[in-house]
Amino acid sequence: MKTDIGTAGPGRQTEPTLDDPILPRMFQVRRIFSETADSFSCELQPSDGEVMHFSPGQFNMLYVFGVGEIPISISGNPDKPKLLVHTIRSVGPASKAIRRLKRGDLIGVRGPYGTGWPVKGAEGNDVVIVAGGIGLAPLRPLIYRVLAEREKYGRVALLVGARTPGDILFQRQLERWRGRLDIDVLVTVDKAPRSWRGNVGVVTSLIPKIRFDPATTTAFVCGPEVMMRFTAMELEVRGVPTSNLHFSLERNMKCGIGLCGHCQLGPYFICKDGPVLGLDKIKKLMALREI
Amino acid sequence: MHQTLEPIMAEQPFLKGLDAEHLQLLVGCASNVRYEAGQYLLRESEEANQFYIIRHGRVAIEVYTPNRGPIVIETLGEGDVLGWSWLVPPYNWRFDARAIELTRAIVLDGKCLRSKCEQDYQLGYELLSRFLQIIERRLQATRLQLLDVYKD
Repeated sequence: MKTDIGTAGPGRQTEPTLDDPILPRMFQVRRIFSETADSFSCELQPSDGEVMHFSPGQFNMLYVFGVGEIPISISGNPDKPKLLVHTIRSVGPASKAIRRLKRGDLIGVRGPYGTGWPVKGAEGNDVVIVAGGIGLAPLRPLIYRVLAEREKYGRVALLVGARTPGDILFQRQLERWRGRLDIDVLVTVDKAPRSWRGNVGVVTSLIPKIRFDPATTTAFVCGPEVMMRFTAMELEVRGVPTSNLHFSLERNMKCGIGLCGHCQLGPYFICKDGPVLGLDKIKKLMALREI
Repeated sequence: MHQTLEPIMAEQPFLKGLDAEHLQLLVGCASNVRYEAGQYLLRESEEANQFYIIRHGRVAIEVYTPNRGPIVIETLGEGDVLGWSWLVPPYNWRFDARAIELTRAIVLDGKCLRSKCEQDYQLGYELLSRFLQIIERRLQATRLQLLDVYKD
């Protein structure tokens, strides 16, 4: 079956057709492991052996048979596509069902979908990556890519915010990255017991602590929308051009290919025109409470 | 040889751009301090007669609650300013501040500064403008913290 995938933006041309865009591919669970008390990562391998290449920032629709389908960003290394990695927060029936899967179980995967982080566009610039909570997961492929091509960028800073020290994702990896001399990694939490020796405060409080040239900085931001709005304000005040601020948005994605309209935000379908969008495109839309 | 704090203070983000005369007035009220990890810089309800510009190290702002013990509200580090209760009657601290690690800071005598500000409104305006920016930033941060955005 051939299907036209939809368009949302004004004047946008019809995209090329896809074969069976709703049909999932079968993947086998290789490993599932906890990241924090309420989040986990799952590693998948294609049953047909054909690896899934993806761009940092893209997502897949993961289908647990008999339960449901959910959009989940890819959190693995784009340069090691043999293993498809997703990091998921257990919040609903489908995510909880994925958590219960065992090695060898089958899961349906559709994708990769959506726009990726504009990594190429950041070449030559300083890079500021700001992650809040589970928002670090969609940013991790970008970090892998930037570090793999480190010489192409100026200063690189990764700022991570979490609710408590126990909620910090990828802790060991953050420690390894912090050990490198070519990236600044700062972590903060909103609440902490006295035994925590790191920063306490919101993630935006880390921005004054890093060095970057605002005029030639590209920022990639992912986290709760309120946190992204505050981060954008702080970066704009410091002179980062609006067109250099990129957000990954979360909406109610169902079809993943711009057909159903569930994830529509103004003229955009977040599943197809996003999830990564420039702030220059969405700034006004984010301030509208009705959408 | 006695080394003045002026060049060090002129480098602090909080004091950047302050005119030389006002900086001199501040230097007259300033001294260097050092705290070992675990030492308190200030305690809740004590008289607030100073503020700190942190040069090195990290300080936790804490509030003590009978049921939950001390809660860390925020941490401050290099270049950050600690304390504005010296500006507001009844001049008592509303929180504890504890050095998490070896901390070096410049402490400024608030009583001395209050009287200088009374005599020199321009200095008072300069200082209050700078403190207002810190207070505004912390208020915004507190609002964001209260939203507990990572919960859902």
